[in-house]
Amino acid sequence: MAFKIIVCAKQVPDTNEIKINPETGTLIRDGVPSILNNDDANALEEALKIKDKHPDTHITVVSMGPPQAQEMLFECIAMGADEAVLLSDRAVGGSDTWATSNAITAAIKKIGDFDLIFAGRQAIDGDTAQVGPQIAEKLELPQVTYVEEFEIADNMKDITVKRQLEDGYELIKIQTPCMLTAIKELNEPRYMSMKGIFNKEKDIKVINAADAEIDLTIVGLKASPTNVYRSFTPKPKGKGITVEGDTEKDVAKTLLIDLKKKHII
Amino acid sequence: MATINFDEYKNVWVFVEQRDGKLMNVALELLGEGRRLAKDIAEDTKVCAVLVGDKVEHLAKECFAYGADSVYLIEDPLLKNYTTDGYTKVITDAANQFKPDIFLYGATHIGRDLAPRVAARLNTGLTADCTHLDVSVAGYIKYAEENTTLNTKSLDPNSPDKGLKMTRPAFGGNLMATIVCPRTRPQMATVRPGVMQKMEPIEGATGEIVKVTPEIKASDIKVEILDIVKSAKELVSLTDANIICSAGRGLGDASGFELMQKFADKVGGVVGASRAAVDAGWIGHDHQVGQTGTTVKPTIYFACGISGAIQHLAGMQSSDCIVAINKDPDSPIMEIADYAIVGDLYKVIPEIIAEWDNAEALYDATTK
Repeated sequence: MAFKIIVCAKQVPDTNEIKINPETGTLIRDGVPSILNNDDANALEEALKIKDKHPDTHITVVSMGPPQAQEMLFECIAMGADEAVLLSDRAVGGSDTWATSNAITAAIKKIGDFDLIFAGRQAIDGDTAQVGPQIAEKLELPQVTYVEEFEIADNMKDITVKRQLEDGYELIKIQTPCMLTAIKELNEPRYMSMKGIFNKEKDIKVINAADAEIDLTIVGLKASPTNVYRSFTPKPKGKGITVEGDTEKDVAKTLLIDLKKKHII
Repeated sequence: MATINFDEYKNVWVFVEQRDGKLMNVALELLGEGRRLAKDIAEDTKVCAVLVGDKVEHLAKECFAYGADSVYLIEDPLLKNYTTDGYTKVITDAANQFKPDIFLYGATHIGRDLAPRVAARLNTGLTADCTHLDVSVAGYIKYAEENTTLNTKSLDPNSPDKGLKMTRPAFGGNLMATIVCPRTRPQMATVRPGVMQKMEPIEGATGEIVKVTPEIKASDIKVEILDIVKSAKELVSLTDANIICSAGRGLGDASGFELMQKFADKVGGVVGASRAAVDAGWIGHDHQVGQTGTTVKPTIYFACGISGAIQHLAGMQSSDCIVAINKDPDSPIMEIADYAIVGDLYKVIPEIIAEWDNAEALYDATTK
């Protein structure tokens, strides 16, 4: 029987490319590319590595987002995923992490049986790292987050992972089915392949809330326990001093004198 | 969702994370912040530490010294090491029994694993990686006016609203959002390490220890911790550092960090790095400052060959004094620097090292 993996992925704006308009203090999002979220690429790569070793592995990528998120799913297919499901519905718009995890959990239940769920630790637009664990909770799965090394035994049941800590790691044994969240140290995601690129469109399914049989009272903006109270930009700092001098030594001296004068050192 | 009687929910809880019988710094920071919030809620609001582990009762003293009124002590051999399953179960059970109004966690690798699970099980909201918290609207207005561009005209300083207002960076710190949790309890947040202020400890402070007997059995825990390994190298304590000497892509290669180490040794600081330098493999991720690394606010932050990607700025812009050394006068880091030095870091840094010990004399000479 095939080993079934679900990979959770999100299309995000490349926050490296977002700039701030210094006049208005607002985000400039025009021309900012949308990308497959970094940690999610690591999650998919690890699933693909299992498939490299055990060809009888089936990888389904699941995502929630607007219809244009299909572009990101094409990329996942072109990297080697077998199929992709995009949950796209205005009814799930504005969901916080609790509501998002309800929606994605419903989509996963619709997809059916699985042995393993891989997600990225967090998405770069929100950086919450909450949706993965909350899906695991709702599916009653054990989880390991911050996975930096992964190994599965030939019985396709026993998994050993290294979980990153701030000052080291934990070595953890866990069994399928479970939820693992990936960080960039886990692997180097592969590029799309020619074969993958020409194999793509047929494998993406776009479903709505009704298709996924989602309980509409637990998704969307209104059902979300958290709401945005206010949003704003930080106050810009006053312009500092440009330290000048004829030589690097003069510059260093001028800097140190001023730091001393202001009792900073 | 069932209707919730908010009056049943009282007090500010702090998950005081311990590893290997030692409290994490962020736990003490959160007790300090909890005190500040409790004072703003009501006279009888208590700050309660939730202490989970095996034979960790001795840590209660430290919790009291740093601001806890009471400690909920949850001990069991099965809780010796953190596991998602074990800790989620006993903490959720305790929250259901005692009903806290606010529940704070450090945004550590453990806090960020645990809190989402607890929030989902309690069916309440959770805000990640907060950098500022308020309960009173007046306090929020004061914060907003001092630190943000928010127009506060629509906010009423006399409002009776005491809901937790949780402020966090989004989009790499370019945008800030304040999140509320108006319909469910407890109101939960993970808070970035290094951001909140610890209290001056009160030696000998005491309080109430509430022993909670956990309902936990081995079969509740689905994972097995085979080993916990501390990295051989010394822990880089960026959050505690007074001076940070950070370098980025402008360093050119890994060997440049030898100069940075010399620099840090001279000024009594620690070495930091931008994501670019870490991604290039020049230095370990434990040195990384920024949105996905550590948030720092040292007295002096030297940014050397760092252009200032927004993720990086988000992690260091509240430093007291920023000195940027960069060849490019138009790089974003120069915009936020207190001192901008346009030049080659390989020429400037050795001169700062050479003159560092003379600073006092140089300054005295200028005053004569």
